Amino acid sequence: MGWFFIRGYAILVYLFMFLPVAVVVLLSFNASQFGSFPMTGFSFRWFVELAQNDAILRAFRTSVVLGLLTAVISTTLGVLASLALVRYRVPGANVVSTLLIAPILVPEVVLAVALLLFLNVLGINKSFALLLFGHVIFTLPFVILVVQARLVSIRRDVEEAAMSLGASPMQTFFQITLPLMLPAVLAGGLFAFTISFDDITGTLFWKPGGVETVPTQIFAMLRNSISPEINALGTVMIVMTVGLPLLGAALARQLSRKGG
Amino acid sequence: MSVEAREARQPWILLSPALTAVTLLLLVPLCFIVIYSFWLRTATGADQAGFYLDNWAEALSDRFYRDILLNTLKIATITTAICALMGYPSAYFIARSRGNKAMLLLLLMLPFWISYIIRTMSWINILGVSGALNGVLTWTGIVDEPIQMLYNEATVILGLVHFLLPFMILNIFVSLDGIDVTLEDAANSLGATKWQAFLQVTLPLSLPGLAAGGLLCFVLGAGTYITPLVLGGPTDAMFANLVFEAIITQLNWPLGSALSLMLLAVLAVLVGIYNRYLGMAQLMKGLG
Repeated sequence: MGWFFIRGYAILVYLFMFLPVAVVVLLSFNASQFGSFPMTGFSFRWFVELAQNDAILRAFRTSVVLGLLTAVISTTLGVLASLALVRYRVPGANVVSTLLIAPILVPEVVLAVALLLFLNVLGINKSFALLLFGHVIFTLPFVILVVQARLVSIRRDVEEAAMSLGASPMQTFFQITLPLMLPAVLAGGLFAFTISFDDITGTLFWKPGGVETVPTQIFAMLRNSISPEINALGTVMIVMTVGLPLLGAALARQLSRKGG
Repeated sequence: MSVEAREARQPWILLSPALTAVTLLLLVPLCFIVIYSFWLRTATGADQAGFYLDNWAEALSDRFYRDILLNTLKIATITTAICALMGYPSAYFIARSRGNKAMLLLLLMLPFWISYIIRTMSWINILGVSGALNGVLTWTGIVDEPIQMLYNEATVILGLVHFLLPFMILNIFVSLDGIDVTLEDAANSLGATKWQAFLQVTLPLSLPGLAAGGLLCFVLGAGTYITPLVLGGPTDAMFANLVFEAIITQLNWPLGSALSLMLLAVLAVLVGIYNRYLGMAQLMKGLG
């Protein structure tokens, strides 16, 4: 009886979380002029218009490039740091960990302001470089948390076996450690990409005038009114940010199965 | 160099790029805005370096800022409470359900991957004048004219709850999942009713998760300015909106520095209290 009630409650909570998003996807296929109910028919016209909208395409390109660069830099820094924390006894490891997590302990608005003002004094104005710096520092803690959690499960004896069989430390790293770490590295990179691709709080502070990422483009379009185009853009983003990690997870499982 | 010395140096070589990034892109900038907050924006628009208390005097004494700060804390508190009320039973359901737990967890993680701006704006499709709810209301004849349900404090809280609920559920779940189920059975066998067993055994053991989720919801909620901009009315600004206004619109960077440090200080006190009693480890469990 109690369980029945809890289950009903949980289903309602799940509906609350997903219904609004489902409506966005549904309305993006609406044939009607306006981004609202009633649905007048099924159509892909808003996606076609998206593909012909220069501003949106530009924002998309900016977001993808920014996300990829962020992922590469952030994952490199994060994997190196995670290796140190998991593989070595670092004196003061607690302080180091807290420091590396600090960018998500500080409210993003404050992080955004501090970085913008400081780099401005150094002569780096609002620019793509500033955006990149901001996204790297903001995604780094997430990468470290994800990669560290996965690194713990890689056993050291395999590496030691390779070394005892005569492999150099470099050979061991590239032929043993890196392939074993690949799922963790991919997971970290995907995480960084998605967070960067979705970010708006810091991005609005850092972006130069005229440059838009997909979220800031949506934000700017919301100023007017909600158009079916926004819903279509939302659908594309959902497919990208939900589909990519799912694909990544499947890929990682495939890789780890082959490796193990 | 001896082998030991090289062993000892290696982790620092690996750590140095990340630590350099955090130092240059976070720690030094934070120290810098402390200094900046004592500078002055002159009438000509240039910043006057020096030690002026004007920004702090304005930020701390102006009723306008204080009211918005209090309002922000109020909104964050209500949001956190609603998240707890909605999140606890859901987390309990996931933790105790048999079979499809992985699927339920995956579903819970999905919102993390769906863009914040899209989840926020999705409510316009539901509650807007031409939204789904108004469609149903006019169609059934309950109202004749669509009513404006958006752009008030309630919709800001709604948007925040929608955004933050997964953080709450995940943290409570992590802590519930670590509790041995047989503890409840033991309590039952000793004569406790199911409800008593929950209240006296499970609930106290899951409080660390609830607290971690609560802290995350509060801090993230109190630091947002996008939700009030999208779902709030002109009078629903939160404290982070003031920071955004000062920095981006008025270009008064010294004042903006003081305001962001104020926000940081208020939230740091909360994190400090939390850390004092529960430690950061619980928070990391939920994040990782």
